[in-house]
Amino acid sequence: MERPLTQALRADGVPLDIDEYERAGGYRALRKALRELQPAELTAMVKASNLRGRGGAGFPTGVKWQAVPMGPSARRPKYLVCNADEMEPGTFKDRLLLEGNPHLVLEGMMLAAYAIEAEVAYVFLRWAYKRAEETMRTAIAEAYARGYLGRHILASPWSLELHVHTSAGRYICGEETALLNALEGARAIPRAKPPYPQTSGLWGKPVVVQNVETLCNVPVIVERGVDAYKALSRTDEGGTKIYGASGHVKRPGAWELPMGATIRELLEEHAGGMRDGYRFRGVIPGGASTDFLAEEHLDVKMDYASVMKVGSRMGTGTMIILDDRTCPVGMVLNLELFFARESCGWCTPCREGLPWVARTLAAIEAGQGMESDLELLAQQSRLLGPGHTFCALAPGAVEPLQSAVKLFRDDFLRHIRERRCPFRGQAA
Amino acid sequence: MTLTAEEKREIAEEQKRYPDRRAACVEALKIAQRSRGWVSDETLRELADHLGMTADELDGVATFYNMIFRRPVGRHVIFLCDSVSCWVMGEEALRAQLKERLGIDFGQTTVDGEYTLLPVACLGTCDHAPALLLDRELHGDLTETRIDALIARRG
Repeated sequence: MERPLTQALRADGVPLDIDEYERAGGYRALRKALRELQPAELTAMVKASNLRGRGGAGFPTGVKWQAVPMGPSARRPKYLVCNADEMEPGTFKDRLLLEGNPHLVLEGMMLAAYAIEAEVAYVFLRWAYKRAEETMRTAIAEAYARGYLGRHILASPWSLELHVHTSAGRYICGEETALLNALEGARAIPRAKPPYPQTSGLWGKPVVVQNVETLCNVPVIVERGVDAYKALSRTDEGGTKIYGASGHVKRPGAWELPMGATIRELLEEHAGGMRDGYRFRGVIPGGASTDFLAEEHLDVKMDYASVMKVGSRMGTGTMIILDDRTCPVGMVLNLELFFARESCGWCTPCREGLPWVARTLAAIEAGQGMESDLELLAQQSRLLGPGHTFCALAPGAVEPLQSAVKLFRDDFLRHIRERRCPFRGQAA
Repeated sequence: MTLTAEEKREIAEEQKRYPDRRAACVEALKIAQRSRGWVSDETLRELADHLGMTADELDGVATFYNMIFRRPVGRHVIFLCDSVSCWVMGEEALRAQLKERLGIDFGQTTVDGEYTLLPVACLGTCDHAPALLLDRELHGDLTETRIDALIARRG
């Protein structure tokens, strides 16, 4: 099985240096693009590959790039930002790439920057990722020394400066427009769209923001060609995906697999099934802001379209497993406390609604809930959903909530009727 | 404590990476915090002057981000991940253990000034949950024994 993003990773966890990366075929795609492809041709390739954004939203990457003004009349400098602010609860895939194969991230950034004719690039890296910061800084220095960054890259007319920005930690920084405010040195609150960042983003100039894993796919597309890249996938959506699983499974971890592997394959083959003494009850397929799925969905393919068809989202593709000894109400309370705490406070429904939801859940969990609370939670799920808030944080927060209230209704009712959490006092 | 020449040089170095000198304000806050442990009102005002911002503008930034401290913290900061994967894997028991051993709640500092305990969102190491950061060092696969060893080593 081919794993173009992770097969070169060293088993000892030491990051690939530039020599090892080149020996493994690294920077061939950049050379090829600079020699053979016009920026618009590169964008067309990425569009044809059906690469969709791996940060969770799944927006088609090539379509995003096509919105960037090109040619001599475009406002400059143009920017490319790598979103390495991985902070979606349950998500641990970008760390693997940043720490293990930093030059692949850089080559992806260079190709994306070339495609949109950007002159300046930033890696927006999470403060807490100390090791990733070290590997990225070392790799950037190596790339400058070898002429992959700086003035007239590989003797072409194109130049690119690349910087690291480590920020100071806040979930909302992962939201595209909030990230731009953070990078400009402001409070990381989201911005209204339009204008879209591709036309007026960073310091009012065009910018494209892409997730780490998305960028790592670009060298693969360029080197192998669109058809071979699409053939890596089992579905219409191109390439491979780094999936993961956490919770009470035998072997929690992250694995690069063809796009479209099923939830059952991930859970049973790769994660080794449930730990002894634990039974599967549900799964959040791709980070905290996706709807719970149940046992009947185990054969669903993990790609954007298939997971959406059953009422959830693939999101980041890293699953969180709920077992039969963990309280679903407690789990949802944990999620909503997170979202309430990380709300930036900019818009009222999110700032006021999420703490209300969390307080209601806390009361139910503590055995002080009422049956009418379930209607309240369903109502809040609608009022905090798409169209009512400034950004996607609150709509994301209500996805696990609304699905949990439906799927685990009996657990909610037991808390309310027995006036206690039935999971408390059990042996852990 | 006023900004040292070395700190001003570091801030100037950061400013070169951005077309607007205020953009380096988060980095400047981190630089000032490094030797002081936190950002006092006095330091905030001095930094704001240095960056061409008002103190209130800079405070708006400083109070937004989790890793900028506007109150004194201990010599070491423990950031316990309280997000969902760690919670499923037993974070509540570890939280209770830490609070009991240190005699403090989230947001507090031990009386000897050694530790501050704070919650942090998902550390991206969910396959090794539960996890925490001690200062900026990551520790995963935590058990009660490992937590005791971590505190004992530093304490």
